[in-house]
Amino acid sequence: MPKHVIVIGAGPAGLETSANLAKLGIAVTLVEKEESTGGHVKQWHALFPALLPGTEALDAIRKGMPENVRVQNKTTVTGIEAVNNYFTVSGHNGWQEKADAIVFATGFQLFDARRKEEYGYGIYENVITSADLEEMFATGKSLVNRHGNKPERIGFVHCVGSRDEKVNNLHCSKVCCITAVKQAIEVKQMLPEAEVFCFYMDLRMFGRHYEELYKEAQEKYNIQFIRGRLSESAEDQDGNIVLKVEDTLLGKPLRIKAGLLVLMVGMEPLAGTKSLADKLGLTKVPDGFIQPADEVLQSNFTELPGVFVAGACSGPKSVSDTLADARSAALAVAGFLKL
Amino acid sequence: MEKKARQFGYTITRDRQIDYDANKHDISKIVAAAEPSLNLCISCGTCSATCSAALFTDFSLRHVILLLRRGETSGLAKEVAKCMLCGKCQLVCPRNVSTRNLIIQISKAVIPAQL
Amino acid sequence: MTFDLFVLPFFLGLLFLLAVLFIKYSRWIAMMSGPDRVKAGMALFSVGMLKTMWEVFLESLLHRKMFKRNPLLGYMHMSFALGWFLLIVMGNLESRVYSGGHINPPYYPIFLKFFIHDKRVLPFEIFTLPGFFRFTMDLILLFVLSGLVLAIFKRTRSRWFGMKRATKHNKLDKWAITSLWLIFPMRLLAESFTAGLYKGGGFITNSLGSIFDAVLPLQYLAYPAWWAYSTMLGVFFVTLPWSRFMHIPTEVMLIYLRNAGIKQGKYPGSFAELELRACPRCGVCIDVCQMNDAGLNGSTAVYFIRALRENRAEVQLNSNCMMCGRCLEACPVGIDTLGLRVGARSVDNIMVASDFSYLLPQPSVKRKADVVYFAGCMGHLTPGVKNAMQKIFKNAGVNYNFIDKDGSICCGRPLKLAGLKDAASKLTDENTLKILETRADLLVTSCPICYKIFSDDYKLKGMQVMHHSVYIDKLVTEGLLTLQPSALRAVYHDPCELGRGSGIYLEPRNVLKQIAEVAEVAEHGVNSLCCGGSIGELGMNSTQRNTIRDGALKMLCEPQPDVLVTACPLCKKTFDSGNQVAVKDIAEMVAESMTINRQPVNNKELVEA
Ligand SMILES: Cc1cc2nc3c(=O)[nH]c(=O)nc-3n(C[C@H](O)[C@H](O)[C@H](O)COP(=O)(O)OP(=O)(O)OC[C@H]3O[C@@H](n4cnc5c(N)ncnc54)[C@H](O)[C@@H]3O)c2cc1C
Ligand code: SF4
Ligand code: SF4
Ligand code: SF4
Ligand code: SF4
Ligand code: SF4
Repeated sequence: MPKHVIVIGAGPAGLETSANLAKLGIAVTLVEKEESTGGHVKQWHALFPALLPGTEALDAIRKGMPENVRVQNKTTVTGIEAVNNYFTVSGHNGWQEKADAIVFATGFQLFDARRKEEYGYGIYENVITSADLEEMFATGKSLVNRHGNKPERIGFVHCVGSRDEKVNNLHCSKVCCITAVKQAIEVKQMLPEAEVFCFYMDLRMFGRHYEELYKEAQEKYNIQFIRGRLSESAEDQDGNIVLKVEDTLLGKPLRIKAGLLVLMVGMEPLAGTKSLADKLGLTKVPDGFIQPADEVLQSNFTELPGVFVAGACSGPKSVSDTLADARSAALAVAGFLKL
Repeated sequence: MEKKARQFGYTITRDRQIDYDANKHDISKIVAAAEPSLNLCISCGTCSATCSAALFTDFSLRHVILLLRRGETSGLAKEVAKCMLCGKCQLVCPRNVSTRNLIIQISKAVIPAQL
Repeated sequence: MTFDLFVLPFFLGLLFLLAVLFIKYSRWIAMMSGPDRVKAGMALFSVGMLKTMWEVFLESLLHRKMFKRNPLLGYMHMSFALGWFLLIVMGNLESRVYSGGHINPPYYPIFLKFFIHDKRVLPFEIFTLPGFFRFTMDLILLFVLSGLVLAIFKRTRSRWFGMKRATKHNKLDKWAITSLWLIFPMRLLAESFTAGLYKGGGFITNSLGSIFDAVLPLQYLAYPAWWAYSTMLGVFFVTLPWSRFMHIPTEVMLIYLRNAGIKQGKYPGSFAELELRACPRCGVCIDVCQMNDAGLNGSTAVYFIRALRENRAEVQLNSNCMMCGRCLEACPVGIDTLGLRVGARSVDNIMVASDFSYLLPQPSVKRKADVVYFAGCMGHLTPGVKNAMQKIFKNAGVNYNFIDKDGSICCGRPLKLAGLKDAASKLTDENTLKILETRADLLVTSCPICYKIFSDDYKLKGMQVMHHSVYIDKLVTEGLLTLQPSALRAVYHDPCELGRGSGIYLEPRNVLKQIAEVAEVAEHGVNSLCCGGSIGELGMNSTQRNTIRDGALKMLCEPQPDVLVTACPLCKKTFDSGNQVAVKDIAEMVAESMTINRQPVNNKELVEA
């Protein structure tokens, strides 16, 4: 009997894991709750650090997807059961299949910025999120705020919904610092006259070419970086957003107006992933992200044999990290199935 | 040390530096024992940005915390006396520092030391 | 002469007790301020004294508030208090039947049945005066003993009495309660044995006596039984002043002083000392306190009060308390648990200095508006609320002035709750000046914490203060706002400072009912839970606070509401961080569902130059 693996979630992680498993001769069912595959990257106009368009990246990942990958779309996995030496996976729509192994590639959810009420998202029109900004980029139209004006000053607020125990997210989302730098540059390219500010606690430029992009932002685009976390924002009569931060390096409170405020929303563990993990009996889901059996040595394994993780469902990752993680997950699964 | 420097080398203005070795660190230990969340501060400045007292005077809890942790406690009593205990800082602190109790504990710890 | 050596334990114990009480009370009276002492003296001769006596009867003897909490609990307390009281009064009257109205030594009526051996004359004895007393005294003793049975039951079945957790008592209390519990069975035995020997006694002691007489050598047992009875009384009296039973005399004193209008001063003084001793450690306040959820059972009011009384209070104990007022609401003695906590903090924080000299005179407000709006410090962290209020003002065509639009001075309540009253009054004064300058008729605030201190402490001559929920209700009643019903299912959470703190429960519900279907949760109104965000709490860490928040959220979400509605920015932020359900302020609900007036009144609020 050929081995069958179910991969849950068809974002970059799920796609890459499935493709590599299939290449190893394993029958794969890739289950995706949405109509199309691609996960969050569908929403990203261009990817840091090289500004590769998101659609292009996805096309490349999807290209050459072997035939023995069957995509089961519009199906949200809601149940998993471990029965003897196989798993029964079922979806919200009655779909059900058995598998010899399963791979969690369920990714993350974007932090709902309305939960930081003091930042004014959903209250002040000119407060948007990084995801909204990607969407605006994608339209290809010129950048205007909700009042139809070209903003003269744009502020980027780092760590919205990350590194914040007030919203129960202690973790760093890893990608939003560099995303802010990337988006700041893109904004500046569209509106060369505008002033652009990034408000940060720490700038985490950990990846290859991230620091370079940061330097480019300073050198070429004169983007200003202010070390201070936004406490609250208000709106003036003209719809500008008035920010309150402390310029911590100067040790003085700073009041500054911006025509557009972009909140760098972080990655949160997906609520559904946690409940699936609970059903399966995975105990190590400390903050909602699935904890690998060992973070250093066994990053794709879980505490349960036959259950694997790939991509951002085990913690924030960039697309390149996600893809590498996915390929390694495929090998881990193959090893488990003794092929 | 001081003398030697004067005899052989340059005269350094000590006030310019934080002399960590010479500073006393007992106050920060007392405060940390009374309010352990002192050690959780990451100097993000949210508290000082939102601070009600900072609307009127140059007071920054973030700054006070740093001074305390470096043992620079001489001016702290005057600083923390400016706090109105309104609690805005506690409501915004991303590290859940119990800022209000921290301020009270700093006040209690530095005053006897400064009398 | 009627005397026997065995009366000594009782008699000496009583003398000792009276002496101690005399010394203690004199000391507290001496500690009282001059004006308070005058007030207390005057009250003795006022009509208010009748009220005091009535209250003493209702609360100290009948235990009315205990009855309200749980009838079984009330009965238990009443049978002890009222029963013993009646035993003393009736016993005294009974003794007069025999001594012809002479003044007797105090032990005489207590041990009457030892000295007087009337034979029982059935069947008509109840119609004779001695017979009537014998009957009644037995009946009262039965009444007390029924309470004792319940008290023993309560040890293991406290849930029957509406209590999940009973107070854990210390050694001295155990001595006191053991002696107290033994007093009445001992009396029963002593009287029955004597009745058995002399064929006397009432309907119970007589029958019991005959049974005992048949099986026991009563001639040897009766005398030791009287000794035991007297000894138990003696032990109880000697331990009383240091045990929880000090509440018996002190509660009476407290009621008296409270009715005389005496309050706790800036620092805890004799009034606080009395309050501490008026607590019987009934433990009613334990279950209601959410600090249990956070593993802080030891900080609940009863233990805090005991520690304070025994001079064992520590900063941590004084700091742990959300000042939610649930214990205050539940306390059958009406002890000001919150005031005591603030008092203890005022001592802890006596060295905490405040200096607000940086507050320069504020520029005067030039434009007169009808309403002045004060969002409050917290309100600035919930822009949804202040925005909603501005929309409401505009839509209702109100001429208003948003005075803390750019931030403000704190209202002073947080300082007050930390025991820093002087510092608080500095801020109170500053704000009063600023608010009065607006010459408005009405001050509306969105923050129940501000509202509480505005109405309690601020002297805003000629200006009315309203919480925005009450104000909105008024606007709706006056027809200035029209609300549209929605299909939403809502639960309303009463903020501590607004509900228990200020007695506002109805208005927000009035408003909300016109917008949504309102489901009431188990603990609402006066019993509403604290969100855990409390500004009155100083000692808890965030994990403990979160546990309390989650416990409250669980209860509030039981009816599975679409939205949890509250009326306090702090509650809102706290519940929001729990991430369980959508949380909205009543003002936001209103702003979203009001009909927008087609001809908006142009009243763009003036920003001061
Ligand atoms: C604002 C922002 C900008 C970013 N920009 C960049 C960038 O420029 N460059 C870069 O390298 N990275 C970027 N990233 C990171 C990037 O989005 C992630 O690395 C990537 O999306 C992770 O892929 P994934 O497959 O693990 O998860 P996702 O992309 O989240 O995909 C998970 C998939 O699983 C599906 N799914 C979830 N649960 C179920 C279920 N129960 N049943 C069925 N299907 C399910 C989802 O629908 C989704 O399609 C950015 C992230 C953010 C937040
Ligand atoms: S990557 Fe940067 S912005 Fe994102 S959470 Fe980490 S520190 Fe904050
Ligand atoms: S908000 Fe908290 S973490 Fe940030 S500086 Fe203030 S105390 Fe430190
Ligand atoms: S409590 Fe004190 S330090 Fe904190 S915001 Fe208020 S005034 Fe500032
Ligand atoms: S404070 Fe009140 S409720 Fe609590 S034990 Fe004392 S009397 Fe009972
Ligand atoms: S006020 Fe509230 S938290 Fe404090 S002791 Fe009473 S019930 Fe407990």
